[in-house]
Amino acid sequence: MNNIGLIIAREYLTRVKKKSFIIMTFLAPLLFVGIFALIFWLSDQGGESKNIEVLDESGLFPELFVSDDDETYIYIDMPLDSAKKHVEFGIIDGLIYIPELSNLDDPEGVSFYAPGNPSISLVRSIERRIENEIESIKLLRSGLTQEILDGLESNVSIHSINLSSSGEEKDSSSGTATGVGYVAAFMIYMFIFIYGAQCMRGVIEEKTSRIVEVIISSVRPFHLMMGKVIGIAAVGFTQLLMWIVLTSVLGSVGINVFAARAEASQQMTEAIEQSAEIQAQPVNPVEDIMKSVNSINIPLTLGAFVFYFICGYLLYSALFAAVGSAVDSDADAQQFMFPITIPLIAAIASLGAVLIEPHGTFAFWMSMIPFTSPVVMMMRVPFGVPLWELGLSMVLLVAGFIFTIWLASRIYRIGILMHGTKVNYKVLAKWFMMKN
Amino acid sequence: MSLLSVENIHKSYSDHQALNGVSLEIPEKSIFGLLGPNGAGKTTLIRIITMIIEQDQGKVALKGEQMTTELVRRIGYLPEERGLYKKMKVGEQLLYLARLKGLNRSDAVKRIKSWLAKLELSEWWNKTIEDLSKGMAQKVQFIATVLHEPDLLILDEPFSGFDPVNADIIKNEILELREKGATIIFSTHRMESVEELCDHIALINQSEKILDGKKLDIKEKFRDGTFNVEYTGTLTGNSAFELISSETTERGLNSSIIKATVEDPNELLKSLISKVEIHSFVERVPSVNEIFISQVKGGNHE
Repeated sequence: MNNIGLIIAREYLTRVKKKSFIIMTFLAPLLFVGIFALIFWLSDQGGESKNIEVLDESGLFPELFVSDDDETYIYIDMPLDSAKKHVEFGIIDGLIYIPELSNLDDPEGVSFYAPGNPSISLVRSIERRIENEIESIKLLRSGLTQEILDGLESNVSIHSINLSSSGEEKDSSSGTATGVGYVAAFMIYMFIFIYGAQCMRGVIEEKTSRIVEVIISSVRPFHLMMGKVIGIAAVGFTQLLMWIVLTSVLGSVGINVFAARAEASQQMTEAIEQSAEIQAQPVNPVEDIMKSVNSINIPLTLGAFVFYFICGYLLYSALFAAVGSAVDSDADAQQFMFPITIPLIAAIASLGAVLIEPHGTFAFWMSMIPFTSPVVMMMRVPFGVPLWELGLSMVLLVAGFIFTIWLASRIYRIGILMHGTKVNYKVLAKWFMMKN
Repeated sequence: MSLLSVENIHKSYSDHQALNGVSLEIPEKSIFGLLGPNGAGKTTLIRIITMIIEQDQGKVALKGEQMTTELVRRIGYLPEERGLYKKMKVGEQLLYLARLKGLNRSDAVKRIKSWLAKLELSEWWNKTIEDLSKGMAQKVQFIATVLHEPDLLILDEPFSGFDPVNADIIKNEILELREKGATIIFSTHRMESVEELCDHIALINQSEKILDGKKLDIKEKFRDGTFNVEYTGTLTGNSAFELISSETTERGLNSSIIKATVEDPNELLKSLISKVEIHSFVERVPSVNEIFISQVKGGNHE
């Protein structure tokens, strides 16, 4: 029918042309990427490099403190009192004082002078370095050679592998799966709420402005309702698509910038490490994230997201439209909104439990019930869900939205023409049962 | 031949009967007044005609054809409870409503432009409905109803919200549309406009049609042979008439209502002239308003 196309076009165009839509569409990805970039930048920054002087009267640690990005160490040789003046006058950020250590079994008197309270992590790291060095010295003194000491050092890093039923090995990263699941589930929840409410408000607007009777004389009520539901779905989908495109463009630009910087700093640390003869695992966090993202089945996750996004929206927005048709104002809608939002909130609230056991019985059922499956299944998909479960859940969801649309249209056709009636659930049931 | 025929319509809601066996024949090119007190079932009848709701029983036919969703597009309906999208621009809104009625874009734009020009709204094309005065919004609403040049116009209280000047403009547009061949169903409580515009009327009360036909025939039927006489002198009843009531007018004349007992008005006049000095002599033809009130009250008292 041509009319439903016209309705969809109107619902879509009037919303997409709104300033608030355009602003949200372009601002949200900027904010999203911006916040991530800010966090990344802040954690990368870690404050300014500190100048720390080392006064080693014991002479045991001549090469222990090596300057790095965060701290610059300067060995000095002067009386403690004059060295302390450097701290007092604020010339330096800290002073490590190591006295003559006569008894290595009970090293006492090591002090750290600073203008304020030094950070615990800095003090700990200084402690650990001195402790390690004393241990080495003791071990050497007990007759062990440096070779044996080097041989003692062992490094274990656990590499977890996801063994899928097909026997194929994948690097798994439950952290990334959690992140992707949360974001996807939350996006669906938000979209259902935001666009479902828009659908409801649209119906109320048509009803209170009384245009509905004008329109209903040229359009079937069902077409009007579906036109609105589909039109708004298209708006949501447009926004989502724009967000994905903009975020990935901005994000990839950002990642490239950070990757380049990380690489540069990595080369630098390597150079320092070589000179200091310290062995360490070179770490590039960006590379690490990219690697674990690749462990998720991206096409499947994306496909499932689009499916649950649209079908979950259809299921709920039909109900929202029915509520809109029944009431005369936003305020009256509250009492009917409540039972609709409960399953949605339950779905979000259950995510924690689902996360603990993504393949458990609870998670299974929550991802089968059409009212909770759009949110809960998206939490599970990144962890890998058997295809039959995914298929069953999708079939149930489609059946679910066909049911809610049928239910809603029966209430809608009567509700939109009713003004000033006091509506309760009994009245709704009566409308539902009413013959055409 | 009648343009619209409504045959034995029954409609009941769960708690009451809204229409009980209503039949109407609406002649082509007529202005048909659909009258009745609030809650009589007029709106239900109109909604059934426009297929907004379905009847339990009975038939609606336009030009002899059973009403369908395609045919219903030949109707232009201005509901009593009407409105427009407040945030939408006048032009866009009219275009949308016209296209829902099946007009293509270019035809619709052409017609909207000429109608807006006709009702002096041309410069409002890009304004939202919110920016319009109530009268202007009502004009836009009227344009939306007639844009697709319907065969049948159903106007429910078309003059509400208009000042007398604009009401007159709309009245002339309605008459012009009738000249061009449209048939108009006119539902209103403003009896003076029924008196002025309608050539046929039907009265619905308590879910049933209690009266219908040509306005003149109905008036004829309710004529009771009473006359209004203004005169000087004293008047008493005689063999030609009964005196019903008397009063003195502002001009100092006596004014009486008399009921003729003779057929010929000339004879009646003769018997009056012989007694008093006549200043005016007018037959009292009942107004639609009087018929409406007497019928509705009578109906309710039964």
